[in-house]
Amino acid sequence: MRPVYMVSGGVSKFEKARPDATFQKMVKEAFDYTMGDVPRLKPSMIDGSVGSYFSDHFTRQLMAGIMATDYLGLCPKPNKRIEGGGATGGLCFQGAWEAVASGRMDVCVAFGFETMSHVQTWKGNEFIALASDVNFDYPVGGFYSGYYAMMVNRHMHEFGTTVEQLAMVSVKNHMNAYANPYAQKRKKLTIQDVRNSTMVAYPLTLLDICVMSDGAAVCILASEEMARKLTDRPVKITGVGTGTDMMRMADRPHGDVILAPNEKKSDYKNLKYPGVHSFRAGRSAGLQAYRMAGITDPKKEIDFVELHDAYTSSEIQTYEDLALCKYGEGGKFVEEGHPFMPQIDYGLKLKKKGTIPVNPSGGLIACGHPVGATGLMQAVFAFWQIQGTIKKHYGFPDLQLKKANRGLIHSHAGTGTYVTVSIMERGW
Amino acid sequence: MAKIFNKAKKAPRYNPAAKLEEVMTGTTVFNVPFPKDLDALKDMSPIVIKHPYYVEYLHSYGQDSPFFAGLANRKILGTRCPKCDYTYATPRMHCTHCGEETNWVEIPQEGRVHTFTTCYFGSEEFLKETPFHLVLVEFDGVDTLLLARLIGVDGPEDIRIGMKIRAKFRRNSQLKPTDVYFVPVA
Repeated sequence: MRPVYMVSGGVSKFEKARPDATFQKMVKEAFDYTMGDVPRLKPSMIDGSVGSYFSDHFTRQLMAGIMATDYLGLCPKPNKRIEGGGATGGLCFQGAWEAVASGRMDVCVAFGFETMSHVQTWKGNEFIALASDVNFDYPVGGFYSGYYAMMVNRHMHEFGTTVEQLAMVSVKNHMNAYANPYAQKRKKLTIQDVRNSTMVAYPLTLLDICVMSDGAAVCILASEEMARKLTDRPVKITGVGTGTDMMRMADRPHGDVILAPNEKKSDYKNLKYPGVHSFRAGRSAGLQAYRMAGITDPKKEIDFVELHDAYTSSEIQTYEDLALCKYGEGGKFVEEGHPFMPQIDYGLKLKKKGTIPVNPSGGLIACGHPVGATGLMQAVFAFWQIQGTIKKHYGFPDLQLKKANRGLIHSHAGTGTYVTVSIMERGW
Repeated sequence: MAKIFNKAKKAPRYNPAAKLEEVMTGTTVFNVPFPKDLDALKDMSPIVIKHPYYVEYLHSYGQDSPFFAGLANRKILGTRCPKCDYTYATPRMHCTHCGEETNWVEIPQEGRVHTFTTCYFGSEEFLKETPFHLVLVEFDGVDTLLLARLIGVDGPEDIRIGMKIRAKFRRNSQLKPTDVYFVPVA
């Protein structure tokens, strides 16, 4: 394998509905922005592409991948579609990484999209729920918010996590998105606002849950030689990891915790793991990526994290999987203020604010979740953060971190079945 | 953070954002406006049409079929691995740990709530059933759980992790996993 760099990225603004554009046009908007940011790259220098979208039901168009590819003018070069539920975008990013790392391509475009507005929210929930076992799970509940609600109820039971701690994640991510013009929801909220909003699946309210979106995102990955030619600020991808777990939550076994380098067996003497309170796939993906990037204490060695917060609860569970804190301490981690941005006023008293900002972009909860685009959107926002170009791309400097040399992106599918983690670092 | 905001407030609230329910039907159009100047077309509002899509599947339960035959006969069937003795409450025909073919076994009809939720919203097929309660059920001597509906309680405040529940069966089987459901043990 050879070193791989990200040289450019772009997103279409995520919106509830884009009736003015088909998916091809949205991908083209993100692609043109991406190409515009790296003017030395000519279309003839692109070797191929990888495309991602989650559900054929949403587009009601099979082989949509090739339609986006031909709209972008990338035929007759290689392309393939990648799909893995909520982690589709993260898997696509890693698919492009593989194409470059293997030497098959010197420049590879990763594009992703979803057009979720073509059906009503309840029908969209049905399509998403069909990504649960249709013999045993879908016919009983058929609702992913319900599945995650069951997971967090067990987390609260095991570890004493509170609904206010969940709400703090929502306050943080909506507030972060306030200065992100690409975000779908930019709101100043209080803990009470989150708790008083409509209950969807106890204890998760409307403001604990991300929304459906239309949107597209594009990343361009390149070999070291090409990256140096194309940009003065390439971002190196130094670690990739992918984890999997059983589709049915009911099947999650009880065994020993897979230990992070900064943890001891005695930390988890009585913990039944992963159970339904933790995501073993997330831990597996994180540890692979850490090993490859040479990270032994992620909380100290990573400057920020863009993680898959489809639910406030899954953000808290993911802190633990990524060993930003110990299993069981995710609620305390947010309450103390670690994942907040140091320079932003959230209207909350936070003792240890900003030790490792999580979702500086606003995450899925505030930016929206057009599934196939989401994992790539995180890569784009992380790329800009590391480049120090947030002001250029957002129009405001508010969300630029002072120290952003190394970031982690994390993409997650239904109740933790597929999870990807990729580490991105300053490469100049 | 002593105060707990677990439920939406019951007090009356004004809602200036209230909307009439949207229906998925459009208007039959006989005449579509069109500009003389083609350059104006880029500003044209998008045309959105309704497109129903209905599929009837012949869904086979495959090797899971005996589970549904069991429900129709008031039995919950799981599977057990003859090699490592691992017992699955939600059956699978091959052990995920050692790959052996498993055998069908009967699962107890009384268990405990491992975790739960109450769904006030859902996917289209189940919207009319909301609010409904979901539980993952744990059984003595069984290694994995079973997803089921819980009835006989009003709201999430009535459900506790660890509470004893027992299985009941629909008299007229629909050959669906909801043929079995659970109620609290008195």
